[in-house]
Amino acid sequence: MAESSMFRVPQTIGHILCCKCGVPIVPNGANMCVTCLRSEVDITEGLKKHVIIMHCPECDSYFEPPRTWIKAQLESKELLKFCIGKLGDLNKKVRLVDASFVWTEPHSKRIKVKLTVQKEVLNGAILEQSYVVEYVQQDHMCESCTRIQANPDQWVAAVQLRQHVPHRRTFFYLEQLILKHGAASQAIKIKQVDEGIDFFFANRSHAMRFVEFVGKVTPLRNRHDKQLVSHDPKSNNYNYKYTFSVEICPICREDLICLPPKVATSLGNLGPIVICTKVTDRIALLDPFTLRHCFLSADQYWRVPFKSLFTSRQFVEYIVLDVEPVSNEVDFGGTKYKLADVQVARKSDFGRNDNIFYVRTHLGHLLNAGDYALGYDIYGANSNDMELDKYRGLTLPDAILVKKSYGEKHEKKRGKARPWKLKSLEMEVDESKGRSDNDKMASEYEGFLRDLEENPELRFNISLYRNREYQPSENASMTTGDDLPSVPLEELLADLDISDDEDEENNMRD
Amino acid sequence: MATRLMFENSCEVGVFSKLTNAYCLVAIGGSESFYSTFEAELADHIPVVKTSIAGTRIIGRLCAGNKNGLLLPHTTTDQELQQLRNSLPDQVVVQRVDEKLSALGNCIACNDHVALTHTDLDRETEELVADVLGVEVFRQTIAGNILVGSYCAFSNRGGLVHPHTSIEDLDELSTLLQVPLVAGTVNRGSEVIAAGMTVNDWTAFCGADTTATELSVIESVFKLREAQPTAIVDEMRKSLIDSYV
Repeated sequence: MAESSMFRVPQTIGHILCCKCGVPIVPNGANMCVTCLRSEVDITEGLKKHVIIMHCPECDSYFEPPRTWIKAQLESKELLKFCIGKLGDLNKKVRLVDASFVWTEPHSKRIKVKLTVQKEVLNGAILEQSYVVEYVQQDHMCESCTRIQANPDQWVAAVQLRQHVPHRRTFFYLEQLILKHGAASQAIKIKQVDEGIDFFFANRSHAMRFVEFVGKVTPLRNRHDKQLVSHDPKSNNYNYKYTFSVEICPICREDLICLPPKVATSLGNLGPIVICTKVTDRIALLDPFTLRHCFLSADQYWRVPFKSLFTSRQFVEYIVLDVEPVSNEVDFGGTKYKLADVQVARKSDFGRNDNIFYVRTHLGHLLNAGDYALGYDIYGANSNDMELDKYRGLTLPDAILVKKSYGEKHEKKRGKARPWKLKSLEMEVDESKGRSDNDKMASEYEGFLRDLEENPELRFNISLYRNREYQPSENASMTTGDDLPSVPLEELLADLDISDDEDEENNMRD
Repeated sequence: MATRLMFENSCEVGVFSKLTNAYCLVAIGGSESFYSTFEAELADHIPVVKTSIAGTRIIGRLCAGNKNGLLLPHTTTDQELQQLRNSLPDQVVVQRVDEKLSALGNCIACNDHVALTHTDLDRETEELVADVLGVEVFRQTIAGNILVGSYCAFSNRGGLVHPHTSIEDLDELSTLLQVPLVAGTVNRGSEVIAAGMTVNDWTAFCGADTTATELSVIESVFKLREAQPTAIVDEMRKSLIDSYV
């Protein structure tokens, strides 16, 4: 009768004599005691015990061939990893169980690492052994430190951003974008010059990356060049200075443009007079009379480059006298437009004479009688544009309204602090031109800030920070109750917080 | 007395020879030194026979025998069988065994009174073993290995087994075999005892790699130090004469 569970005899392993020294041991794979086994077999045979490493004393980094320098503190994890890596592929020979540093004087230029390894020997017995590897630290300056030492202002690549327009609005906006995305984090130096900004980098690839970033947010064309600085004939190494000349297209938002006939036909006979509504990596054009819109990409533009007829500096203020809507609302790129016939008079004319213009405008959804609007005064302008001459029989309207204005209210608000502020890039200003136009710059900056307030889509890519010094005064509380557009508080970053998207805007309706 | 020797650069002496109290079988090697070592030691007392089994030289592992008989695998040729019958003394019964497990030396470990066999040995073979060798047969394993003939070597005086044998197993085997047993190694830590050495009641031959410690263990467990061959052989002769008459 078999029992349900087998009777197992408890097995105790006896002792045998070590075959070499005769000391009683527990039998193992080699049937030798540990000492005899150790004396027989050295598992660390063939492993490196002495290694030379390069160390840069300036930046405290270690050389990893062929080209990188790894920054690591003494007795740190990164240094341990680097040192073990220097021993070659250990895993092929032994199994690494433990590694640690043995303390050495920092100035002795020796690093000692104690490694514990295991290996199988002599049919099945696993032997564990510790040994110490000594690293001799040789001092050798790394390339970047050498370059900095030789010439602290040395740059390798430069990006020259230019836009041939008389204002700096684009550059203000670009500056904020660059700050938000950190595109200039690798720039050694940034210099502000007339009509542009120069960026200097230590590496050609950093410069390329920056150019590509700018290309994503503005339509540009670029060319690059290099200049030989030095040449090592033995190793055939050539050192160059690279320059990227980047030109941003001169068309800005709210510009009035007369399209060259070629471009107009290629865009499907878009009326030659168009307004530029938005500039990203493509130019958005809107025909204010037919409410047709289209996009122009950077290379399309640069094939037949054209200039704007009027820029936003030439705004004239109009008073709206009467509005008659003509069509329904059309949504174009997130903004609504509505065609309307309006009666306007120039503000300078108002009350003085009876000059009234009947124009068609796309701002029908915004304007009401009594509103102020900004637009271009074609009636009174003497434009000298070549493109305009190419069109025969083109009737130009007397005025084209571009945007609604809050002129008076802004007058009240001028000088008062805003509840938000912007960061700025550290730039060297080029004084060589000797221009003393700081006032001009300040008013342009003010205009830019006002633009930001009015346009939520402009704010989309920019980080606004809460201004802690802002204290709302009593006067301000009265004016903010009005229909003045301002930045809602939810959009503001309290410096390093992640801001939510705006949920409601103060819209300008009466 | 234990002797250290090599067969053609191999230390596995037990593979190429078979030593019992009445005879010794030796494989045919390239050089005569192997044979002459055995001859120098044993020729005065027992016949030393050079042979092959089944055309191979691994005779120690293919055959099993003691002073009463010799068992050969079924692969042995007729000429070899006849030659062995002629060379060995008449009282040794030479028998060819029809057994699936043809490496009889690995499967059967025996002395003149007791034998340990592989657990899967045929019933008929077991009876044949009991008859021809005149022994009591026990099916056993040693340290979990079924090849008992490889992992232990014992004579009428003592035995050496696989080093990983547990103490309980050692006690049990010792009771069965009625000889003192010790767990040890041969040939510098090799666990395959019977392949590394061959032994009878007064002498032993081990591989050249055997260390001094191992040799001392062997000499002590097999009681080789005070063994006198003549006394043992004379005893055998006496018992033979008795039976003659």
